[in-house]
Amino acid sequence: MKIILNNRQEEFDKEIMTIRELLDEKNFTFKMLVIKINNKLVRKEHYDTSLVRDGDDVSVLHLISGG
Amino acid sequence: MINLDFEEIRTRLADKSVGIAGAGGLGSNCAVALARVGIGRLVIADFDVVSEGNLNRQYYFKDQVGRKKIDALRENIAKINPEIDVEIHDLRLDPDNIPHIFGNCQIIVEAFDLAGMKKMIAETVIEKMPGKYLVMGMGLAGFGNNEAINTVKIDNIYVCGDLENETSEQLPPLAPRVGIVANMQANQVLELLLSKQE
Repeated sequence: MKIILNNRQEEFDKEIMTIRELLDEKNFTFKMLVIKINNKLVRKEHYDTSLVRDGDDVSVLHLISGG
Repeated sequence: MINLDFEEIRTRLADKSVGIAGAGGLGSNCAVALARVGIGRLVIADFDVVSEGNLNRQYYFKDQVGRKKIDALRENIAKINPEIDVEIHDLRLDPDNIPHIFGNCQIIVEAFDLAGMKKMIAETVIEKMPGKYLVMGMGLAGFGNNEAINTVKIDNIYVCGDLENETSEQLPPLAPRVGIVANMQANQVLELLLSKQE
């Protein structure tokens, strides 16, 4: 499947994947994240159940301290 | 680049409101930059007091140590540009009060210190204030490495910083890099406010 991930097109072997699988695949190891699928917020408790499909627009922002 | 003379810029900014979520290194410097160019109204929220350790980067003065940051910042802004309408809120921002406090602002500047608070305001804007512009500061610790500082856009959220360097004992926040990111946020705010034709 092809998705938009953080404004860039990305291709994966799977036809469907959970947010957790996407994070593992991309090696996103940061703990504090804000994730959206098609402009809808995905909270941490739903990383294992929220599904990413072909054509989806996914944003992953990791938060770090300092201000 | 949009070409506008300063009079036109000031005229267009005079009726604009910007929310400043946190009055620390990012918030105090960003608010001052926006005040200098003549933003109409600033809505600033913070609960903290000025400490000695803040003076290495935050827009406060030695004789303001111990005072509420919101009071000290309002005073400093008034010394620079007394025409700015500054609304202050002495509280800890949360998902319930953010839509209320910043509801009338065209843009919110995220200027928190802690990652957990940055997450909280981003989630609040996404869920409760869809489409509202949020300009965040992310990754400003240490010194040097100018080329790593950038702005990334995710729909209505703009993220300024190096996206990488978290503050720690060995990587303290310092005036130059904090100031760069704070002014980058202010610059993004201006672009958003001035690029729309009215």
